Amino acid sequence: MEAVQQTPAEWTKIHPLVVRVTHWINALAILVMVASGWRIYNAAPLFPFRIPSELTLGGWLGGALQWHFAAMWLLVLNGLAYLAWGIASGHFRRKFLPVTPRALLRDVREALRGRLAHEDLSVYNAAQRAAYLAIILCGIVLVLSGLAIWKPVQFQEIAALMGDYEGARFVHFAAMALLVFLVLIHILMVILVPRTFPTMITGRLRRTS
Amino acid sequence: MKRRTMEASLADHSPRLIRSIERRIFFKQGLSLGALAMLSGCNLTDDESVQTLLNGMSRWNDGVQGRLFSRTKLAPEFPESAITKPFPFNAFYGEDEITLVDGTDYRMEVGGMVRERKAWTLPELYALPQTSQVTRHICVEGWSAIGKWSGVRFSEFLSRIGADTTAKYVGFKCADDYYTSIDMPTALHPQTLLTFRYADEILPPKYGFPMKLRIPTKLGFKNPKHIMEMFVTNEYPGGYWEDQGYNWFSGS
Repeated sequence: MEAVQQTPAEWTKIHPLVVRVTHWINALAILVMVASGWRIYNAAPLFPFRIPSELTLGGWLGGALQWHFAAMWLLVLNGLAYLAWGIASGHFRRKFLPVTPRALLRDVREALRGRLAHEDLSVYNAAQRAAYLAIILCGIVLVLSGLAIWKPVQFQEIAALMGDYEGARFVHFAAMALLVFLVLIHILMVILVPRTFPTMITGRLRRTS
Repeated sequence: MKRRTMEASLADHSPRLIRSIERRIFFKQGLSLGALAMLSGCNLTDDESVQTLLNGMSRWNDGVQGRLFSRTKLAPEFPESAITKPFPFNAFYGEDEITLVDGTDYRMEVGGMVRERKAWTLPELYALPQTSQVTRHICVEGWSAIGKWSGVRFSEFLSRIGADTTAKYVGFKCADDYYTSIDMPTALHPQTLLTFRYADEILPPKYGFPMKLRIPTKLGFKNPKHIMEMFVTNEYPGGYWEDQGYNWFSGS
C-alpha cells in the first residue's frame, strides 16, 4: 500500500522507486528510439511525407540504425523489468484497474473542459489509467512489430500476424504515432499540473490541506 | 529594465534561496542543452566515445543475430504472381553507371581456405545443378520487393571447391569495386544461392551479371552482384557498407 504511506513531515509517497527509475530510463529510450526511427523512416517513407531531419537522430541511415539497435536493448530490458515488477507487486492492478469506458468518457470530457480532478495525485483518474495502459500496450506492439521487421525470417510467425514484413512496417508506424500522441498529451498534462513533475523524481508530495 | 527589477526583488531573499533557485535554473538549462544535443543528430553520433559505444553494440548485435540464426528456418517463398514488377535497381551508384562484365573471358577466382583454387568460367558454373526461389528482397532502407532468382546452392558450390566450412567467413570482391562478407552458417543455408538468372533470363547487368549471391536471410546489401572473386577466411573481411557503419551480420 505505498499509496497511503506517510512520512512525518506530511509527505505522501506517490511513486515507488522502481516506477521512477524505469520511467526515466524509458523516457530516454523512447526519445532515442523515436528520433532514430524517424531517420530510418526517411530512408524509405511509407507515406508521402518525411520527418524534418532536425528532429531525427543518427545523421544518416547507418548512424540511425546503430542508435535504434543499441537503444532497443535499453527499451526492452527496462520495459521487461517494469512489467515484471508491475505484475508481481500488484502495482498495475492497484493503480490501473478498474478502468471502465463510462469513467474514461467522463474523465476525458472533464479534461477537455479543464476540470479534471487531480486533488489526490496518488490515485490515477480513468483518463490516466487508460492512457498509461495504452502506452504500455503501444510499447509491446512496437517491440513485437520491431522484431518482425528486424527478423522477418527468424520471427516470421510474428510477421505473419501483421501481414508479413510490409504489414509489420505499418503496425510499427501506427504504434509509434499513437505512442508519440499519448506522450505529447502526457507532457501537456504535466505542464498544466506542474506539481506532478517533481513527484516523478522524489516520489513524494507535500500534503496541501 | 526587467533585469534590474529582478535583481532588486532577489535582494529581498536569503542567499540560500537564491542559490537553490540558481541551482534549479542551471539544472533546467543543462537538461534542455542535453536534449538539444541529443536531437541535433549527427554531432552526437560523430563524438568518438559515442561512436565507439555504438560500434560495440553493433558487434554485440552481430553475435546475437548469429545465435538467433537457424540453419533450417526458411525464408517465406511466394508464388510467381507475387513478383514485384519492375524489380527495383539498387546500388551505391546510379543506374547509368552499371558495370558491364564481359561474359566470354569471365573467370571467377576462388581463394582462401579451399582445396581447389581453380577459376570458374560461366559455362562451368551454368552446368552445376540449378534451383530457383521466389523470395522477398529486403533493403536496409526499409523497402522490399519480391523476385525470382535461379542458380546453384552455395553450399553445393562450397563443397565442390572443398571449402573449409569450419572457417568463419566467406568474402566477395565484385567488378564494381563493391565488397562484402558473410558468416559460414548463412553461406551453408539451403536458400543461399549463387544465381545466374533473374525471372528465368540470364541476369541482366542491372541485376548483377554474371552472378549475384542471393541470400534471402540477409538484407539486400549483403547480396553481392558482379562477383569476381570469393575467398574463405577466418580474418574478418568487412564490406563496403559495413566499414561505414551498417551492421555486419544484417540477418533477416
